[in-house]
Amino acid sequence: MPKLTIDGIEVEVPAGATVFQACELAGREVPHFCYHPRLNIAGNCRMCLVEVEKAPKPVASCAMPAADGMVVHTASEKAKRAQQGVLELLLINHPLDCPICDQGGECDLQDLTLFYGPDSSRFAENKRPVADKYMGPLISTHMTRCIHCTRCVRFANEIAGVEELGATGRGEDMEITTYLEHAVTSELSGNVIDLCPVGALNSKPYEYSARTWELKKHESVDVMDAVGSNIRVDVRGNEVMRILPRLHEDVNEEWISDKTRFVYDGLKKRRLDRPWVKRDGKLEAADWRGAMAAIRSRLDGVAATKIAAIAGDQADLEAMAALKDLMGALGSPNLDCRQDGAKLEGARAGWLFNTTIAGIEQADALLLVGAFPRYEASLVNARIRKRQRMGGFEIGRIGCPGDLTYPTTEVGAGPQSLADLLAGEHSFGEVLEKAERPMVIVGPGALARPDGAAVLAKAREAAERFGMVTDDWNGFNVLHTAASRVGGMDLGLVPGEGGRDVEGILRGARTGEIEVVYLLGADELDTRGLENAFVIYQGSHGDAGARVADVILPGAAYTEKAATWVNLEGRPQRSKLTAFPPGEAKEDWRILRALSEVLDQKLPYDTPAQLRRRIVEPAPRLGRIDRIEAAPWAEFGAAGKLDDAPFVSPIADFYRTCAISRASAVMEACVEEIRGQQLKATGSDD
Amino acid sequence: MLQDKDRIFTDIYGEKGPGLAEARARGDYDGLKDLILTGREAIVDAVKKSGLRGRGGAGFPTGLKWSFMPKETDGGPVYLVVNADESEPGTCKDREIMRHEPHKLVEGCILAAVGMGCTAGYIYIRGEFVREGERLQRAIDEAYEAGLLGRDIAGSGFDFELYLHRGAGAYICGEETGLLESLEGKKGQPRLKPPFPAMVGLYGRPSTVNNVETIAQVPAILRRGADWFAGLGRENNTGTKLFCISGHVNHPCTVEEEMSIPLRELVDKHCGGVRGGWDNLKAVIPGGSSVPLIPKSVCDEIRLDFDDLKNAQTGLGTAGVIVMDRSTDVVKAICRLSKFYMHESCGQCTPCREGTGWLWRVMTRLVEGRARPEEIDMLFDVSREIEGHTICALGDAAAWPVQGLIRHFRQEIEDRIKRQQAAPAMAAAS
Repeated sequence: MPKLTIDGIEVEVPAGATVFQACELAGREVPHFCYHPRLNIAGNCRMCLVEVEKAPKPVASCAMPAADGMVVHTASEKAKRAQQGVLELLLINHPLDCPICDQGGECDLQDLTLFYGPDSSRFAENKRPVADKYMGPLISTHMTRCIHCTRCVRFANEIAGVEELGATGRGEDMEITTYLEHAVTSELSGNVIDLCPVGALNSKPYEYSARTWELKKHESVDVMDAVGSNIRVDVRGNEVMRILPRLHEDVNEEWISDKTRFVYDGLKKRRLDRPWVKRDGKLEAADWRGAMAAIRSRLDGVAATKIAAIAGDQADLEAMAALKDLMGALGSPNLDCRQDGAKLEGARAGWLFNTTIAGIEQADALLLVGAFPRYEASLVNARIRKRQRMGGFEIGRIGCPGDLTYPTTEVGAGPQSLADLLAGEHSFGEVLEKAERPMVIVGPGALARPDGAAVLAKAREAAERFGMVTDDWNGFNVLHTAASRVGGMDLGLVPGEGGRDVEGILRGARTGEIEVVYLLGADELDTRGLENAFVIYQGSHGDAGARVADVILPGAAYTEKAATWVNLEGRPQRSKLTAFPPGEAKEDWRILRALSEVLDQKLPYDTPAQLRRRIVEPAPRLGRIDRIEAAPWAEFGAAGKLDDAPFVSPIADFYRTCAISRASAVMEACVEEIRGQQLKATGSDD
Repeated sequence: MLQDKDRIFTDIYGEKGPGLAEARARGDYDGLKDLILTGREAIVDAVKKSGLRGRGGAGFPTGLKWSFMPKETDGGPVYLVVNADESEPGTCKDREIMRHEPHKLVEGCILAAVGMGCTAGYIYIRGEFVREGERLQRAIDEAYEAGLLGRDIAGSGFDFELYLHRGAGAYICGEETGLLESLEGKKGQPRLKPPFPAMVGLYGRPSTVNNVETIAQVPAILRRGADWFAGLGRENNTGTKLFCISGHVNHPCTVEEEMSIPLRELVDKHCGGVRGGWDNLKAVIPGGSSVPLIPKSVCDEIRLDFDDLKNAQTGLGTAGVIVMDRSTDVVKAICRLSKFYMHESCGQCTPCREGTGWLWRVMTRLVEGRARPEEIDMLFDVSREIEGHTICALGDAAAWPVQGLIRHFRQEIEDRIKRQQAAPAMAAAS
């Protein structure tokens, strides 16, 4: 533990810390551009120069290891001179276009210039212009503003794992660009916009649409996948202008996926803003009263067993609880939240990501079973890559081939390979056996199939066989793609006694055994056959479910309600009302509550607080926001025959997985540009 | 003046031939086995005692540098890297060694490897040195055939592999760590130090980078004794040195001389004097383009060694002596150097990337006098903003010539500005 003196303040820092970190610990701010705590040290901006006694020259504090007895001055004459000199040099070729620059108001260069910059320019020559580079539909470039900190390059190489950004040219001709000016084929590419300390890399969809100081900033959570990334929703008036990541070390660190970041234009398109009722085969605009009355008259006299409900992938905890209560009141056992047909059942440990996302960093071996985390849960993938880069982390994979941005050992393609691994017929078994904290991730590709329960049981067997579950370590993980899934399972949105699951409901609708189907934002279904049934669709977007609906009840999207989602770790997180739902659309639980009254089955809550009390009572952990409760190891899965079919990830197209992303023009552009390029690159283009 | 018996590079002009047989006739590889068997410590001690300082420009004591190499390793490779990327304008010494005395370098590599426990060596040669590369490769091949490289060198039981690697012509790849990056196949951008190459060098292994001349002098030091070498020159500036004199002298040449030789003696004895006589001298850049120039008044008395030149606010550098007589437009000459450094800046760190271009642009205006007098001070200030603030020494190298110019020829720049300002008025008057 070296002890240093920084501006007269004595600090003791952990071994291996840099002078920069020591300065931070001493509460002394050192100006910097290229340094970023999550990226490798480049030491190239030279802004963090400080004076170290006995050193002949100013020292780049970000790159200098702290040594015992160092005496550092961060604001001495010498240090200041160096810092001011560097800033002057950074500014000579930087355009003075702050008034039209999107970064204005949140620009590191602007901020530091205020404190360290010269009051006027001594540079009488022409400034260097740089041609803008094409980086795809998400990132707009103004390369003249670039200060060559290489944060974006390092992010792409280190975190995103795509070596597509780099610098060409030398000296003052050095330019940052993508390989051959192609779009960056990473699902995390948008993060370079946040990392860029100046306005060189901007958000293309957001560009020129608002100034940062006009925006109201709301802290919320994302529902594009089951990770529950913490986000900040910036709103002007009633319009979401942009979405940014919010720091949460245990979930998304400070990154978010491109879908999370850029999907918001989908919130403004194809919205259901009023109720609709089908009359004579045609949907007609209606009011709430009319829509509710239509439902009441259709339900009149229908046996409870002929009514069914399915909760979609983005349903919130409150709405699902209300749906469950309503179905219970109607007496129907046909209820399911596993829209994709995943065979989740049994104990809670069987549907959680027990290791936790941050826990991945403690693991020392990983087996992926039917999972493709890069597109199913991008930030889980980023965490796996982070762990892999630390070294001593072998990753085996069964099924779901493709580039995960880190090397994997291919163990097989389907359930049989998992059985073989258990039988000791694959060398990766030794890796798992030797590991002290091995983990397995069972993905949707392994569970959403007829033999899913058997695969789940086999994976459980593997977890026990390879010592993945001990007193202080649980290496068994299920990877979900739906934000609603863990919450739904925790609430028990599964078929009751003699009830039908999603597959049974759809089959029943085809045969007429099910007459009424209530879809709570469920769009990722095989809707053929639903035509025969009376379909009530409650949701935010006119997507697959609305197309087959007989009554449409307009709901709120995830940014338009204060609701709770439980992420794949079992972490309840709450969103905030950032903008009001359009038109007559309402918060989802309120719709269900109103409908219950129309159906003479009035649900016993009138306020969100009452509803939450009802949720939390049987499961107090659902009320503990941002806290995880470990699930005890118990029975789950069911022994059965394993299929031969290889595991296939359900996500064929990362940019279009839900009603919002399908409505987004930005995501559409990504599909064309980035996905197309990736397919070409892997040679799987036909 | 250096006596012939003390000369290390006895065939620097290529009169006897670069082959192994000729080299052996000159004494190379003589008693190599015994030298190897003296062992690691004895070799480092001898080099330390000889007072040999790096010949690449910085003048760091070689023995000390070698002693930084870890004594015990995990058994993995340890590298010797020879910097043969001689690109400093005004310098042509390593080229002569590789052309005419390649075996001195090869033998030096072997002994340096013993001294540092190296398992393999890489000679990184400047890409433009096509023929020199061929000669050197032939010398390496000959050495392998004669059992002087590879396994069990000269029956001593010491193993060492030596490879030649060609650069692609970037000046920055001559910087110690930029060279390592380039050798690894990456973009030639200098690394942050610490960690120093002795701990984390080529491919992350302990490595030492030495200049060609430094390495090529080692066999002679070991063979003839550290005291002999230390007896040449003067305290702290020992041994012989290859000087490359170019510019306005009657006979430009590369010559081996004793360290600390007076500049005037060097020029008069070996180069036939300054063109038009000593009094026609205007300035000298004594150590390759990176060091500040010195005006005639300083040249009169100065000795060419590390310390004397340092006291004159310049440096020995690579000992590439560039002589400029009174016909020289010294502002334009330095302006050209500024352009060179702008062109060769790697672009990695801010002061050099941005500053070198600024220096050159102001310099171009100063050449014609299109500037305000206060811009001279500004230029000096800008050069101070670059100096010492960069990752590698290229920033310093860009700043120093400009500083030297302003220090010694400020009057000339001011005159030019005055003339330029007066020019329109005169044109109007006539």
